[in-house]
Amino acid sequence: MDVGLLLLSAAVLGGLSGFLALVLIIAEKYIADYGVCKVEINHDPAVSFECRGGANLLMALAERKIFIPSACGGQGTCGYCKVEVRAGAGSALATERMHLTRAEVRRNVRLSCQVKVKNDLDLRIPAELLAVQEFACLVEKLEVLSHDTKLLRLKLLDPPRIAFKPGQYCQLNVPRDYLLRLTPPIFEPVFRAYSIASMPKDSGVVELIIRLVPNGICTTWVHTLLAEGDRVTITGPYGEFYLREDSDRPIICVGGGSGVAPVRSIVEHLFDKGTQRRVDCFVGQRALRDLYWHKENVARAARHRNFRYFPSLSGLEPGDEWEGETEFIHLVVDRIINDAADKECYLCGPPIMIDAVIGVLKDKGLPEERIYFDKF
Amino acid sequence: MPEISPFVILFAAVFTNNILLVYFLGMCSFIAVSNTTQTALGLGAAVTFVSVLTAAAGWPVYHLVLVPLGLEYLQFIVFIVLIAGLVQFVEMVIERKSQTLYDNLGIFLPLITVNCAILGLCLFMVNWRYGFLQSVAWGAGSGLGWFVAVVALAGLRQKIRFSKVPPALEGPGITIVVAGTMAMAFMGFAGMVAIR
Repeated sequence: MDVGLLLLSAAVLGGLSGFLALVLIIAEKYIADYGVCKVEINHDPAVSFECRGGANLLMALAERKIFIPSACGGQGTCGYCKVEVRAGAGSALATERMHLTRAEVRRNVRLSCQVKVKNDLDLRIPAELLAVQEFACLVEKLEVLSHDTKLLRLKLLDPPRIAFKPGQYCQLNVPRDYLLRLTPPIFEPVFRAYSIASMPKDSGVVELIIRLVPNGICTTWVHTLLAEGDRVTITGPYGEFYLREDSDRPIICVGGGSGVAPVRSIVEHLFDKGTQRRVDCFVGQRALRDLYWHKENVARAARHRNFRYFPSLSGLEPGDEWEGETEFIHLVVDRIINDAADKECYLCGPPIMIDAVIGVLKDKGLPEERIYFDKF
Repeated sequence: MPEISPFVILFAAVFTNNILLVYFLGMCSFIAVSNTTQTALGLGAAVTFVSVLTAAAGWPVYHLVLVPLGLEYLQFIVFIVLIAGLVQFVEMVIERKSQTLYDNLGIFLPLITVNCAILGLCLFMVNWRYGFLQSVAWGAGSGLGWFVAVVALAGLRQKIRFSKVPPALEGPGITIVVAGTMAMAFMGFAGMVAIR
């Protein structure tokens, strides 16, 4: 082939591409320059900020360590990153509408990953989300609680303290290199939610109770590979399930399986504060080998007159020496609690257990708005 | 250059030589974005806009750069690069200048970069040796033709949602059948106008 033609082709093609690229770069610099934009959040100067325009809102917020939940990483496909934009961004795009209800469109709720910061924005973000932070942690202790459950004690490094309410949960990020080594490899970020089992008082640590789920991605990693001294990251705190401390009603707590974790946080927090409220704590497990957080509660019940403890093992195995309850936990609640009308109730565990307990408590006169629960 | 009035070309491109229903170009976005008339209107308008623009920009690049240098064989890659760059540029300008237009068109523009109808109309216009005005008319007509076809299909699909479709044909199946029927209807115009 003619070398001259080849060179000419390369020159023309290169020249054209270069010219177009130059035009785009200049346009980017002058046309797509939105200057400095003010992002106002809840009219609160402490969290409002200024940033250079042009970025998408989800990323701009993440840069400010405001973590809006998002599963797809800003592709506009998961529909989680909803934010109310009162002014500055127009109405929802056609691509967003499928994720929004009509009421949300009217309220000007937008997917933050589809909003470009081009003007000053006026946002409404729920206060709980603003409190969410990312924490770099050190695995301080991995304690075996039962045959399939471990207590993961994380020391917070950066930031060093967490403020949460007993009952709330954190998300544990599974490290990327572990996900890539799986067969088949997983390319998207994976994180799993675990209730915080420690007390808010110990703000420098977070304890999570993690039960091995067969073939579970995160739990397998925690149970087989994670070791003391490893670094992990968590985000939190999240959740509407937390202890209402402004009331002095008697409390019923019910924890089933690894749903014991938030109940542990709530009960230990209450008695650490020297509460005068009556607390009835129900714990449901299968067999003796599943039972943990038991001696502590027996001791607490002996020490405090306002604390009662009812463990029940519904699936005893041969050889288990157990004198206590052996029914499903909702039947124990049904037998022990006579009148629940003046009480307040916190439930955490598998959905079937929660539904059963809610049924029992409603029959005993407990109004629905005082039943707080966390199904998983 | 054939002796045809640009107005005839414009008319023919919409009805008798519809780029979508006669030449079957741009089928992927035709099927994908014809769920509702609203999105079809948006994408249709964006395609029309971009096709006029590429025809107007592609003609000088081909006839004033490639032909004199004897580099016609580069037409494919040159048109592709040109369309991609142009769409990016237009998107940036629209986003900056008009929020309403951007909300309606902007999100569809990147989709059009990979729309074969746009590349197809560029190749037709050089193959048929159109002049500049004829090329622009052909571009505008093709875009409008695509617009008409996609909006018509979207309207039909909205009706189909409430009709009884045999289970095996639900979704893409019935859409292709409907598109095929529309194409046959447009075939009725075939040969009415000679455009080359």
